Amino acid sequence: MAEDRPGLPIDPDLAPADPGQPTLPGRSHLSYHSNLPYRRRSRASPDVLAVIALGGMLGATARYGLARLLPTGTGQFPWATFLTNLSGSFLLGLLLSLLFERAPRARLLRPFAATGILGAFTTMSTYQVETVLLFRDGHPLTAGSYGAGSLLAGLALAYLGILAGRHAKSRHRNGSR
Amino acid sequence: MTIIGWLAFLFAAAVGAPARYLLDGWVQDRTGGRFPWGTFTVNVTGCFALGILTGLGFYHGLGSASRTVLGTGGLGAYTTFSTFTFETVRLAEEGAIDDALRSAGAGWFFGLVAAAAGLALAAIVP
Repeated sequence: MAEDRPGLPIDPDLAPADPGQPTLPGRSHLSYHSNLPYRRRSRASPDVLAVIALGGMLGATARYGLARLLPTGTGQFPWATFLTNLSGSFLLGLLLSLLFERAPRARLLRPFAATGILGAFTTMSTYQVETVLLFRDGHPLTAGSYGAGSLLAGLALAYLGILAGRHAKSRHRNGSR
Repeated sequence: MTIIGWLAFLFAAAVGAPARYLLDGWVQDRTGGRFPWGTFTVNVTGCFALGILTGLGFYHGLGSASRTVLGTGGLGAYTTFSTFTFETVRLAEEGAIDDALRSAGAGWFFGLVAAAAGLALAAIVP
């Protein structure tokens, strides 16, 4: 895919830098981790932290709500966390590929929605503790299918989300000409 | 949940999510490479902490309200699954298959080990 500017970053927290800045020729797709063309995050500004906190409250509340809606008994497959992590993976891929194209200069939207809402909506800790408890309580098949299923389906859905975002934006591009 | 519990839940989430952002950025700026060490660090420490918290509930009588606030609110917002899958897929897309496999494998395995270790630690501490 030939692009004259850097591709979607690997780290979703990184903001695309000013397009006027020079890029590293020939390795633009991997150059995010040098100083160009993505900004480092050492100096987090208060407004960015504030929107991440706000998004975090929304995401965590949504996850808690889903967990209350689909309670998981001992030894049962944790559907609530499973669906949370899978839908969150899809939505993050979709959101980041859409935002990258359509609103690359929006300074607060990505930290609010991606780092805040979806970062807090999905969870690694609950997923892993649930897997350990299923093992501990003598349900190795449920533990294995939950552990492997979340990982593989999560990766697949993140990829589908990215593809869906790219598809949408190319349609958007074609439609606007 | 009580109103106080609810406010505490929101507060914990409002601390957990920015803490993830800050630690992730701090680690990533220092490791410098393309491997997502920041997300790895956040998730492994969060899994360990939730293992301890869950163990405190099982073996030391920590109440469910405290576990909901600190675990579901705080540590749930602190750790992330979507960033983990996104970064792994992006590494693979860029042709960094080795790093993608390491990210998926190590991120998953050490999270599981950390959760088990936290639970075990809470079980053996009197």
